Amino acid sequence: MDFQLSPEQIALRDTARKFAREEMAPVAKGYDHTGEFPLPVIEKGFELGLMNMTLPVELGGLGLSHVEQALVVEELAGGCAGISTSMIANDLALLPILIGGSDEQKERLVKPFSEKLRFASFGLTEPGAGSDVSGLATTAVRDGDHYVLNGSKMWITNGGHADQFSIFATVDKKAGRKGITCFVVEGRPEGLSSGHHEDKLGQRASNTVALTLENVRVPVANRIGEEGQGWEIAMATLDNSRPLTAMLAVGIGQAALEHAIAYAKERKQFGQPIANFQGIQFMLADMATELHAARLLSYEAAAQLDAGLRNTLVSSYAKRFAADTAMKVCTDAVQIFGGYGYSKEYPVEKLFRDAKLIQIYEGTSQIQRMVIARELLKG
Amino acid sequence: MKILCAVKRVEDPEQKIKVKPDGSGIVLDGMNYKPNPYDEIAVEEALRLKEKQGGGEVVVVSIGDDKFVTELRHALAMGADRGILVKLASPTDSDGAARLLAKVVEKEKPDLVICGRQAVDDDQAQTGQLLAEYLGWGQATFAAKVESLESAEEKSKTPGLQIDGNHVKVIREVDGGLEIVDVELPAVVTTELRLNMPRYASLPGIMKAKKKTIEELGADALGVDVTPKVKVRKLESPPARKGGVKVADVAALMDKLKNEAKVI
Repeated sequence: MDFQLSPEQIALRDTARKFAREEMAPVAKGYDHTGEFPLPVIEKGFELGLMNMTLPVELGGLGLSHVEQALVVEELAGGCAGISTSMIANDLALLPILIGGSDEQKERLVKPFSEKLRFASFGLTEPGAGSDVSGLATTAVRDGDHYVLNGSKMWITNGGHADQFSIFATVDKKAGRKGITCFVVEGRPEGLSSGHHEDKLGQRASNTVALTLENVRVPVANRIGEEGQGWEIAMATLDNSRPLTAMLAVGIGQAALEHAIAYAKERKQFGQPIANFQGIQFMLADMATELHAARLLSYEAAAQLDAGLRNTLVSSYAKRFAADTAMKVCTDAVQIFGGYGYSKEYPVEKLFRDAKLIQIYEGTSQIQRMVIARELLKG
Repeated sequence: MKILCAVKRVEDPEQKIKVKPDGSGIVLDGMNYKPNPYDEIAVEEALRLKEKQGGGEVVVVSIGDDKFVTELRHALAMGADRGILVKLASPTDSDGAARLLAKVVEKEKPDLVICGRQAVDDDQAQTGQLLAEYLGWGQATFAAKVESLESAEEKSKTPGLQIDGNHVKVIREVDGGLEIVDVELPAVVTTELRLNMPRYASLPGIMKAKKKTIEELGADALGVDVTPKVKVRKLESPPARKGGVKVADVAALMDKLKNEAKVI
């Protein structure tokens, strides 16, 4: 086991770190305040290759490993988790096609995203189907060489700006999971509409909308896999993306830790820097230790993907632990800042709000525990 | 056109630098390194000239041990075509560096050499000038440009140096203004901070850099005496700044300025 990064990996991380510091951090507060879509930042990131990192070279991507992508995502999240979520949303939206699609579909529906900046959205969650995805109610009815989709989707990242959607719908409601099927809606066809941008607690720069599908016609050629394979594709997609969301959490936590360390050294009370007090020191020590454990879990979950292994268990460990750790670390960072930590003038309250979302999206921390327990108890 | 740029590995200037207790140097434990920022500007300028001309070659050179490969790779990731590492185990001074670079230039025969005006570690600002002297070439130091770093010209990555036939026009920063000099090629140019904003090493650039060649030359084989002529006797941190005091009124302030600070 070798924990050393290669010179190229260090260089990738350094570019991401520089981008986070120079291009994201200075504007993060503004976007957080307005909730405006950070298109200029994302455009710059796209030009630098900070998107589509793991797309295979034949599809125009960089063909980086998931571990390398994880390194980059940690740095980006330190700049702004909201902008980062919008930057990695394409990965999530294109994964179902990479996992279950044919070569023709990959060429037609994935490759264009490496050539020009466009947005794709992943549409699984519904107003009535959050943690219980199998209860989704969006229907797909075959009509000749098309399917007709009806239903609504909730919390769709970049949904207001996307021109391609990976939509999960059921072809047979009675069949439960076995009816779920994945479709790709191209463009913004008649019948597809998005709601207003959600006014969220954190990650406010990331565009989040509800989608409504009214008689949206999708050609059979855009069905990913067979009818009824959607559940498997969705679960494999989430296995794949969990190391990334875990790394977002680590990046948020690391930023909070760095702010807390700098503040503790500078803030004087009782005639000395508060970093001299053991109460603060032990908090910092725990924050750093737990974050590093979360980082290593995330690396392992990513490394399993790179090795072609099923990473359900470790990726759930990683996502659960990293999300909960980031929340704890950010809470402690606010505590170390005291009253200043609670003020929007200082950076840690934003990190605190941003961290909360990671315990919720792409499988709550409770759902991760269910997945972990299921893996432990099966057989 | 072939352009050669010198790239030095320096201590990351954003870090806190501590002087060793005996004053013999700085504490290197846990130090991060990066390419000298002025040299990144030199590489950026070379890449812009190449892009404007639609061809040519940008060669980057570094002098040091194996670790300096990292800074060369960074320049290659920005877009330079190939690298040369002059292997040298112990550091030399500006004169040694200039003499070694002169040998590399004789071998490579570039049309233009662009160096950072100085390295941010020892702030000598001599290598470019000495190199021009040893080569018998013209030089234009502290190259800048009229347009600001926020201007449209900068955003469109227009080079600040203007090549016209076998001449290069260089705008120099001088006291109280700008000076325009016209230098015959081949020449040595050194770069000021206000020449350009260096590009990022993009992720595709980093992956491509992996495959670019870095040739290694032994400093010994170049037949140059690199024994440092400059001896650093002692380093000291600047004295810590004393805290200010609050004065009660203008009269007290005037009194202090007159009798304590003796400035009025």
